[in-house]
Amino acid sequence: MPSCFRIRAWRVFRTPVHGRSFCIAFFALALLFVSALRGEAETSSADLYSALASHDYENMRKAVEKLAASDDPRAVPILSALQAGRLFADTDGELFIRNPDGSLEGAVSGQRIAGELGKNLREIRINNTIRRALEGALGRLRLFAPDPNVRAAAANAIFQTRDESALIPLERALARERVAKVRRAMQEAKAALLLFSPGTPPKTKLEAIALLRNRGDQEVAALLSELNGQPPEVMAAAKDAVVAIERQQQIWNFLQIIFYGFSLGSILLLAATGLAITFGVMGVINMAHGEMVMLGAYTTFVVQQATLRFAPEWLPASPILALPFAFLVTGLLGVLIERGLIRFLYGRPLETLLATWGLSLVLQQAVRTLFGASNREVMTPSWMSGAVPLGAMTITANRLTIIAFSVVVFGSLILLLRTTFFGLQMRAVTQNRAMAAAMGIRTPRVDALTFGLGSAVAGLAGVALSQIDNVSPNLGQNYIIDSFMVVVFGGVGNLWGTALGALTLGIVNKFLEPVAGAVLGKIVVLCLLIVFIQRRPRGLFPLKGRAAEA
Amino acid sequence: MSLEKSELGRRELGSLGLAAAALVGLSATQLVSKRVRAANTPSGEPIKVGILHSLSGTMAISETTLKDVMLMLIEEQNKKGGLLGRPLQPVVVDPASNWPLFAEKARQLLAQEKCAAVFGCWTSVSRKSVLPVFEELNGILLYPVQYEGQECSRNVFYTGAAPNQQAIPAVDYLMAQEGVKRWVLAGTDYVYPRTTNQILEAYLKSKGVAASDLMINYTPFGHSDWQNIVSQIKSFGSAGKKTAVVSTINGDANVPFYKELGNQGIKATDIPVIAFSVGEEELAGIDTKPLVGHLAAWNYFMSVDTPENKVFIQKWHNFIKNPKRVTNDPMEAHYIGFNMWVKAVEKAGTIDHDAVIDAMIGVAVPNLSGGYSAMMPNHHITKPVLIGEIQEDGQFNIVWQTPGLVVAQEWSPYVAETKDLIGDWRAPLSCGSFNVKTGKCGGTVSAMK
Repeated sequence: MPSCFRIRAWRVFRTPVHGRSFCIAFFALALLFVSALRGEAETSSADLYSALASHDYENMRKAVEKLAASDDPRAVPILSALQAGRLFADTDGELFIRNPDGSLEGAVSGQRIAGELGKNLREIRINNTIRRALEGALGRLRLFAPDPNVRAAAANAIFQTRDESALIPLERALARERVAKVRRAMQEAKAALLLFSPGTPPKTKLEAIALLRNRGDQEVAALLSELNGQPPEVMAAAKDAVVAIERQQQIWNFLQIIFYGFSLGSILLLAATGLAITFGVMGVINMAHGEMVMLGAYTTFVVQQATLRFAPEWLPASPILALPFAFLVTGLLGVLIERGLIRFLYGRPLETLLATWGLSLVLQQAVRTLFGASNREVMTPSWMSGAVPLGAMTITANRLTIIAFSVVVFGSLILLLRTTFFGLQMRAVTQNRAMAAAMGIRTPRVDALTFGLGSAVAGLAGVALSQIDNVSPNLGQNYIIDSFMVVVFGGVGNLWGTALGALTLGIVNKFLEPVAGAVLGKIVVLCLLIVFIQRRPRGLFPLKGRAAEA
Repeated sequence: MSLEKSELGRRELGSLGLAAAALVGLSATQLVSKRVRAANTPSGEPIKVGILHSLSGTMAISETTLKDVMLMLIEEQNKKGGLLGRPLQPVVVDPASNWPLFAEKARQLLAQEKCAAVFGCWTSVSRKSVLPVFEELNGILLYPVQYEGQECSRNVFYTGAAPNQQAIPAVDYLMAQEGVKRWVLAGTDYVYPRTTNQILEAYLKSKGVAASDLMINYTPFGHSDWQNIVSQIKSFGSAGKKTAVVSTINGDANVPFYKELGNQGIKATDIPVIAFSVGEEELAGIDTKPLVGHLAAWNYFMSVDTPENKVFIQKWHNFIKNPKRVTNDPMEAHYIGFNMWVKAVEKAGTIDHDAVIDAMIGVAVPNLSGGYSAMMPNHHITKPVLIGEIQEDGQFNIVWQTPGLVVAQEWSPYVAETKDLIGDWRAPLSCGSFNVKTGKCGGTVSAMK
């Protein structure tokens, strides 16, 4: 260092005699300057920390960006803690990080703090602007994280923000990356950066477009359509790629809507299966069917609260644990209702309708009194949240689970009716009561059990619905009309008809929704249904034979 | 007899001492008035206060809380010595989320029970349903919920926000702070979202937003299957411009909406959702982790850090006997509205409706966010506007706040039919929809239904 200064001094003063002393003086000055600079750097680092603890979001954002650009070794832990809501400040503005295990460490020193300090600590809260700044900043830093998923996410973040300063770290990360999936994400991010950087030669840009075209999602289409002021061959390639991607997207969209339709259909099926038994098979117009669904949902809530209190480690399984309880609670209530109310009203459909409607109001108000008018939170376990990407489709985990669940419930019910003795009795009674009684079947008992079974299946539907809808006293009301619609459409008394009816209504609804809007879509479906029932009053699969005429 | 008397005296003395100790530091006049109040238990014929909130049906989730908060405020006022020396008596009716029933119950409260004031309604459709009754029987309604504006009745005091006290500042915030260029206006299909979106659409277009950057979507009450709409929002938002959703989705349809957003992986940093009908109460039934960073615009949040708010929350928890219950914006509106009415009755010295209606204008009472709210001549109140981000604990982190109080615009200046209208119920003008261009008064009821 001194030699360089000496040379400079030489050049400036061109007097070899005074050179040495000047050099010393200059060196001293430079030293002073450097130390002053370092001092400033230190204070500004401290300033950055105190800016993080300030209440001014603009200052915080700037501090985040400066910290990320600095080579402060504490930047990553501090910024990650800030992002996760684990950064705290005490009243003097000193920063602390709360580790996931609950222990505290000094944010700047990185040293654990023994004992309790926690009382006057304030969590540092951030807004969306800072969240975005953090994502960008940490994206660059996290390209080298040990977890490949984190690296892929970091590359994706760069793809989205297209922050040009990320190019160099990105190339460095790419050079050492071994995991194919992460490599691809990084290459795509790099392609996006190169495409928008003015200095890139057209040939590289064409390669970048080709690479991005393979990724083929909406984001790429948006990115490419933003491109302008490029050489004609690049623009043509980009346009071409956008058209290709959009065509592909249309196919995916179609498949996605089919999935949505299946999902809605499975929910309709779950809600309607119980009714298909009580209304379809037994012929009881049960307006309190929705309330059975609602009670099933509340049972899930109670079971979940109990799990939370007595066995928290079982919490992720609580919806499954709730199934037998919901089945029993609503099933028993169903038997009770049949014995206490409905059996006096067989053959009087209008009175049944009124009585069960009254019962539905009673049940709603009872739940409201017992649990309060507010909605109850049923937690969704982590295995049921989130989504799985399938091509350009998002398959949400909760919907997928419910589709599978409805298939299982429906399948078991069919098996029960076809293969068990109880199923045989049930079919006998519903097809020809007098003959069944003459054969020695205790028809009242079968009636009660059948109604109980229908209610229990409704309870199971409630467990599933608690995961996607509000658990409120009104839950059932939202599904009663749809359920009747499905059963009537499918053909009263035919379970397969109910299944097909539910799926058809679900898919038709989902195809109409984007075109006509949710409100009009429902109205159109209802109108179509009315026309259909006019043409075929007995639904898709009418029952044939003497039972149907009875 | 004498024993009783002396005991009474001692108790009186004790309470006086307590009151004096508690009120050290207050001015002498206040001390005297408090002393008089503490000594006087209210007597005489009770003043009836009507509470017209649904306790059953679909709106019960929101409105039951408001009934409870009114009971709390009335109980408290009675402890303070009632009003004009008379006790207050709540008259609770249940209109059961049934709009025509609202009108019937309102008639019962006014004609039969002769209520001095009625606190009630939540949805705009219920307010529209009772409006003719209040105007016919000259009642007083204090309406506590943010609404679409475009109304200014002599018999209604609107203690919730008008669009310029909620929707417009919220949109301004997103434009300025988050750089939003593309907008999804999603709402439930009824009068409040439709009118608010009409105003917002006109406002956004006046700010240079192209029609192709606007997506408007309506869904029925209680909509639960949001898959399609959320994926539409997602593809609308991936067109390269910063996109936000302005949600006027009402009631519990919000819960599956936010769940679907979370499941489809839409984060607040990608597409923020700002809601006008989602408060602490609505978030109580939902896992808020995937929602962190989504926004809401209100005039009050439970997280407001003021001594008044702490006291209010404490009182609420004591009254409802559940420390987990949350407070929200319409509750604050009732708190302000009730205190305003009490003050106006004290000012007028009577519960006579006409006198109280006139006395209400100009009354100012403390709100819970650390300032004073005043009743303006247009029967709306001044309010601060707060923007909050949802936190993991279901509370809101206040990220922005108007520097001062905002005066309500009851008639929107962004809608052609109403831009020249003003409401002023003071003596010479006394008109809810005065057209400043033609100089004519257009009547009292809403110009557009």
